[in-house]
Amino acid sequence: MSHPEFAIESEGLVKHFGKTKAVNGVDLRVRAGTVYGVLGPNGAGKTTTVRMLATLIAPDAGRATVLGHDLVREGDALRRRISLTGQYASVDEDLTGRENLMLLAKLQGFRGIDVKRRADDLLEAFDLTDAATKQAKDYSGGMRRRLDIAASLVVVPDLLFLDEPTTGLDPRSRNQVWGIVRALVNDGTTVLLTTQYLDEADELAARIAVIDHGTVIAEGTSAELKASVGSGTLHVNLRDPAHRERAGQLLTERLGVVAHFETDPAALSLQVSDTARAAEALAELPRANIPVAGFSLGQPSLDEVFFALTGQTAENKEENKERAQ
Amino acid sequence: MNGLQPDARLHAVLAARGRPPRVGALSNTMAFGWRALLKIKHVPEQLFDAIITPVMFTVLFTYIFGGALAGTPRQYLQFLLPGIMVQTVVFATMYTGITLNTDLSKGIYDRFRSLPIWNLSPIVGAMFGDFLRYTLSSAIVVVVGIVLGFRPASGLFGILAAMVLLNVCAFGFGWVFTTLGLALRTPGSVMTFSWLFLMPLTFASNVFVDSSTMPGWLRAFVEVNPVALLVTALRGILSDTASWSQIGQALIAPALVTAVLAPVALVLYKRKK
Repeated sequence: MSHPEFAIESEGLVKHFGKTKAVNGVDLRVRAGTVYGVLGPNGAGKTTTVRMLATLIAPDAGRATVLGHDLVREGDALRRRISLTGQYASVDEDLTGRENLMLLAKLQGFRGIDVKRRADDLLEAFDLTDAATKQAKDYSGGMRRRLDIAASLVVVPDLLFLDEPTTGLDPRSRNQVWGIVRALVNDGTTVLLTTQYLDEADELAARIAVIDHGTVIAEGTSAELKASVGSGTLHVNLRDPAHRERAGQLLTERLGVVAHFETDPAALSLQVSDTARAAEALAELPRANIPVAGFSLGQPSLDEVFFALTGQTAENKEENKERAQ
Repeated sequence: MNGLQPDARLHAVLAARGRPPRVGALSNTMAFGWRALLKIKHVPEQLFDAIITPVMFTVLFTYIFGGALAGTPRQYLQFLLPGIMVQTVVFATMYTGITLNTDLSKGIYDRFRSLPIWNLSPIVGAMFGDFLRYTLSSAIVVVVGIVLGFRPASGLFGILAAMVLLNVCAFGFGWVFTTLGLALRTPGSVMTFSWLFLMPLTFASNVFVDSSTMPGWLRAFVEVNPVALLVTALRGILSDTASWSQIGQALIAPALVTAVLAPVALVLYKRKK
């Protein structure tokens, strides 16, 4: 059983903090050698789940097998094969980039010249050679994140936990992180990544678990999750915003679903289950003297999936939460 | 690996799999001691109090109390200096707790905890790093003392022996503050609680005056006060009159504290979220 099919199998993981049920029964099955996305808004229980699976905190209930090791009883053996990049930079800000990596190399058994060699190889691969002698507190957000990930790869783990690896990064740094994740999986590491960005999960993850209020509310490939919401969304852009009301009525009549008016005053969308009927309904618009500027019939975005599953968009949820605090 | 494309360089570091053999607790601890030294190198300001406090204490107390208590400051200094060495270093041990508490609130401890290393090595390593502070502080007290006229009968060997004993005992006392650093929420509360310990221990002692003029109840406390026992041992070593029993008594409390609080610290550290 040195290469189990699943890198992570958890059943009913629970963690309470006082009266708050941070995680309330999480079941996950993460296939080895893939990227698995855990998607959810802040406070959904993503970080607590990762901290349990990375042996940082003990679960209050439930069980999990990680890389074939029992999470609770074989934590020590497990720690030799996993690595964690936490949500908040887990590097020493007072130390330079090179010193951070050298410290981790020493701790993990590198000796003599190999300590500095491994640190320098990592710095070079992560485009940090120029900043090798700068203190980490002077790094930009993207550099710090790269150093953080490099620090998790001093010994390349069989399973890497990345807790919100791109939160707060600019698009260029985000793309770099995505490139690193893809390279890791190509080279055989399983990656469990949490994110609140739907496009990130869509882009990287082979399978996705959507977490809300400490439980998995949906699980599957990106395509499966989208399909569970309906076959797709019909987006229509009209020439003239004045026609939108009438277009909405007409399409609603033909398709039997409510039209959603988008922020763009000339745009509306409908969830459709039958593409042939959607095409017919669309053809009615010019006949009713409603000129159409453009339309698309596509799979729903993960944002729409999240909306359908939780009744709120991921962004709105954030705002509500902030207001409540 | 120069000249390779970025992707190829990335692939090369990722392909270098295989973990070196696990290293022992001592090696882990030394690595964290190295981290403590690096932090001193990058943030030398943190040594400011380790340098200024001993100078201030030695000069101030010698001249404030010297004339009144012993006739001349110079005569008083022969009595006071071992006490000031202890007081300075005992105060410095408090920073172990405050530094640890600040350090723990940062993400880096998540990484340390997820590594296959000896659990307590980050803490013990930091305490080893503190030896540098203790040695520096006590050396400054001795140098300032010698400038002001302190002449230890036991010479250089006595000074070194006194500094070694002081370091060993400071390591033991350090567990009190390490435990506080782990148990309390903020660096501020660690400081408050630490002073509650340190004030009675350092002032209700024989640091400044002999306990013979104190009321009986206070003398009884001074006789078992670990700080006072350490001061007595240091006076003995520096005046070349130390007995093994004095040194043994000085070591009892630090040994007990280590035996009791090191396991407590380990439990607290493991439970820390």
